[in-house]
Amino acid sequence: MTQVTMTVNGKAASGDVPGETLLSDFLREHLRLTGTHVGCDTSQCGACVVHVDGKAVKSCTVLAASLDGAEVTTVEGLANGELHPMQVAFNDNHGLQCGFCTPGMIMSGIDMVNRYKTEGRELTEEAIRHELEGNICRCTGYHNIVRSIKDAAASM
Amino acid sequence: MSEGIGAAVKRKEDKRFITGRGKYTDDIRMENQAYGAFVRSPHAHAEIKGIDTSAAEAMDGVIAVLNGKQLKDDAIGDIITGWAITSKDGNPMNVGAWNPMATARVRHVGEPVVIVIAESQAQARLAAEAVEVDYEELPAVAAATRALEDGAPLLHDNVPGNLIFDWEIGDEAAADAGLAGATHVTELDIVNNRLAPNAIEPRSAIAVYNDIDDHYTLYTTSQNPHVARLVLSAFYNIAPEHKLRVIAPDVGGGFGSKIYIYPEEITCLWASMKTGRSVKWTSDRSEAFMTDAHARDHVTKARMGFDADGKIVGLKVNTVANIGAYASLFATATPTYLYGTLLSGQYNIANVYCDVKAVHTNTVPVDAYRGAGRPEATYVMERLMETAAREMGMDPAELRRRNFITEFPHQTPVIMTYDAGDFHALLEKGQAAADIAGFAARKSEAASRGKLRGIGYSCYIEACGIAPSKAVGSLGAGVGLWESAEVRVNPVGTIEILTGSHAHGQGHETTFAQVVSDRFGLPMDNITIVHGDTDKVQMGMGTYGSRSGAVGMNAIVKAMDKVEAKVKKIAAHTLEASDDDIVIEDGEVKVAGTDKKMAWHEVGLAAYTAHNLPDGMEPGLKEGAFYDPTNFTFPSGTYICEVEVDPETGVVEVVQFTAADDFGTVINPMIVEGQVHGGVTQGIGQALLENVVYDEDGQLITGSYMDYCMPRADDVPSYVLEHSTTVAPSNPLGVKGCGEAGAIGSPPAVINAITDAIGNNNLTMPATPHKVWAAIQEVGLPQAAE
Ligand code: FES
Ligand code: FES
Repeated sequence: MTQVTMTVNGKAASGDVPGETLLSDFLREHLRLTGTHVGCDTSQCGACVVHVDGKAVKSCTVLAASLDGAEVTTVEGLANGELHPMQVAFNDNHGLQCGFCTPGMIMSGIDMVNRYKTEGRELTEEAIRHELEGNICRCTGYHNIVRSIKDAAASM
Repeated sequence: MSEGIGAAVKRKEDKRFITGRGKYTDDIRMENQAYGAFVRSPHAHAEIKGIDTSAAEAMDGVIAVLNGKQLKDDAIGDIITGWAITSKDGNPMNVGAWNPMATARVRHVGEPVVIVIAESQAQARLAAEAVEVDYEELPAVAAATRALEDGAPLLHDNVPGNLIFDWEIGDEAAADAGLAGATHVTELDIVNNRLAPNAIEPRSAIAVYNDIDDHYTLYTTSQNPHVARLVLSAFYNIAPEHKLRVIAPDVGGGFGSKIYIYPEEITCLWASMKTGRSVKWTSDRSEAFMTDAHARDHVTKARMGFDADGKIVGLKVNTVANIGAYASLFATATPTYLYGTLLSGQYNIANVYCDVKAVHTNTVPVDAYRGAGRPEATYVMERLMETAAREMGMDPAELRRRNFITEFPHQTPVIMTYDAGDFHALLEKGQAAADIAGFAARKSEAASRGKLRGIGYSCYIEACGIAPSKAVGSLGAGVGLWESAEVRVNPVGTIEILTGSHAHGQGHETTFAQVVSDRFGLPMDNITIVHGDTDKVQMGMGTYGSRSGAVGMNAIVKAMDKVEAKVKKIAAHTLEASDDDIVIEDGEVKVAGTDKKMAWHEVGLAAYTAHNLPDGMEPGLKEGAFYDPTNFTFPSGTYICEVEVDPETGVVEVVQFTAADDFGTVINPMIVEGQVHGGVTQGIGQALLENVVYDEDGQLITGSYMDYCMPRADDVPSYVLEHSTTVAPSNPLGVKGCGEAGAIGSPPAVINAITDAIGNNNLTMPATPHKVWAAIQEVGLPQAAE
């Protein structure tokens, strides 16, 4: 068992977990933050994306124990009294159907908008499609996810 | 009003999903919960000689290790197929017995043999690895055509030659005569590639047994919780229906794969009773590839004959359908009544004949997946039409036009009576939106960049809204396919709609509420949709076959008719008017032509206080309906795909995709368009990327997202959508259904576009870069690109 302490959605969170515990399991099973989803076992689908120290990370690929002291944001931590512009955009543009890929899409979307803003690059449709390479959606055909991210980028 | 029928209302259900507050099965944790892990066959075909569970039983946290024989000893039933097909010789079909956990023999990789129940998921999985099963391997067969050969390995003793049935539809002699008299015959060998459905939420189940009441609750990823309860009760002997509650909470996509009641759910229920613990099992993606019902997998020979004017004079189709190791719930209906019946396409054809041989193989069972049979039929029809046009030197759109059905109702030679449609209008709309006139210029511009540009059509028709119960009953279905609804008006006037349909991405909480809002002029916020729980909702049939709109919503309409009648009676009585003079508008119940009125909630309250109701009227305001459609519905459309092929690498890019659809009445265009986007992407996935591959010995090669290529955002374009509407005459709303169209119509459009670009028709799905490159090499580079 390993003791981990991190900040999750602005609150201190700690637990005594087996060393092999993935961040996704730590969030879902120990903290009961079930908004972060698990859709595969080969790090391909992106349903599990969260932010670690401000960057998008597939939570199924990191060990909780390796994140001692880290700042983690999950989809549950985005809305601060009001919805995050990315969340609003997904609702406005019908960017979700079953909702299972959605937390990962939203977290990846925010990360890509932030990166492109910082780097002063334009987030074109092509760039969004390319950036979404690590996120699979089976429902939406991506059309409205791309529109959602583009829309949010304008208001973020 | 702005929230009614036809308005692009934003979805009510989104808020919980975008904030991470959805409740999917795996998000639920019961007190006293233990975890199940399955020991699965690594072999495609083997005898089980012995099972040694002693090491596993001794491991940390292990509660029980249970096998298929124990399950059988407890009289848990074999898994059923729900549709009986009769072979053309009049004999009933032969299907192999399917034990929820294998007892003597395993017949596909991944078949469950043992379940381990432990305190944690990790412990259960570790112990599952310690179970030793002694197998004696048998020869295996994965390809359906091979399974039919003499001397092929046999899967089931009661299924000679692995042949489940040899079924036919249409008049063979007439089709032969038509073809004999044809001036041109187009022949194609077609493979419809095997797919894995891949809802992104893996299947999951939590079984909760309560020994005090002898009662079971199952939380599960189901598209049809009531059907699950019925089958678990009537056929698997878990418990009588009143002692079994099935809850399908938020479900993360289904596409057909979550219709079926799989071995794992059955086993978890039984294991919960055996151990006295709640038992949870959640599939991982690798398990999903080995257990979720696969799709398609047809091998077909097709011949279509034309007269000198390009009119179709005969069609003959011979198909071998791979059913897998066992016949899953709708497995036998999919390649027959959902396939052969659509082989008239949008065309006026007098003579159609189709023969289907369904075959057991050592593969995962194959069943209905988005479109189910209709994509296979459309692929046959639309590859034939495009190929024939090229062979006869005709414009492919013109060839289709010459054969379009223009008068309705139209009786096809393969059972269906099409009741409405305007195929010319769809083709025109599609062509205009796709800018057909500009194609030649786009092609030469692409050529200047060294790319081969091609265009392909697909004009599909599908039968949805499944279906009139009497009709499907006469064709062998084990159930009726109506839908139910209950409309509960509360004393304060708010409304709960209890529906037997189930949403797993379709947005029913929004569209169903729109239908109610439209009818009574009430705000969407005052209407709640309740679904997915057999304790809350009356028996219903669930969601598949694009039926929630065409059947489910119309059940709500029928129930609202009864509510409306009662509301009018109460208002007429209170306002001292005649029933016939009462109108319901904008949330008010009025006497037409006067200023006498009641607010909607006042009528609700009057119904429940019952102080002043018409003589003999029961208090309360709650009505139910069971709606059984009188016909299938027939969505149709024209899809036009443009691709660019890199001749150096064979890489195909879908550069433009236009979909012109006729879905009848559209309740929420935003949601309908989303359905098309998703369906078309699945179809492009089938055409370009996706393929389940087994090796000759039945080992699954594509067992993860590393090997099975899912469409991603940069594999598809943004889509151009058009609509042209003819209202469905068979239901009150005029709705046809839109869930499957995209996946049905798109694959042939893509392949027709690629074969147009490269000038070689010899190409199978998925058209991977390697295959496309090889096809280019086979015929040499088309002139324009050299
Ligand atoms: S669950 Fe992390 S990438 Fe699929
Ligand atoms: S919305 Fe269902 S997987 Fe993306």
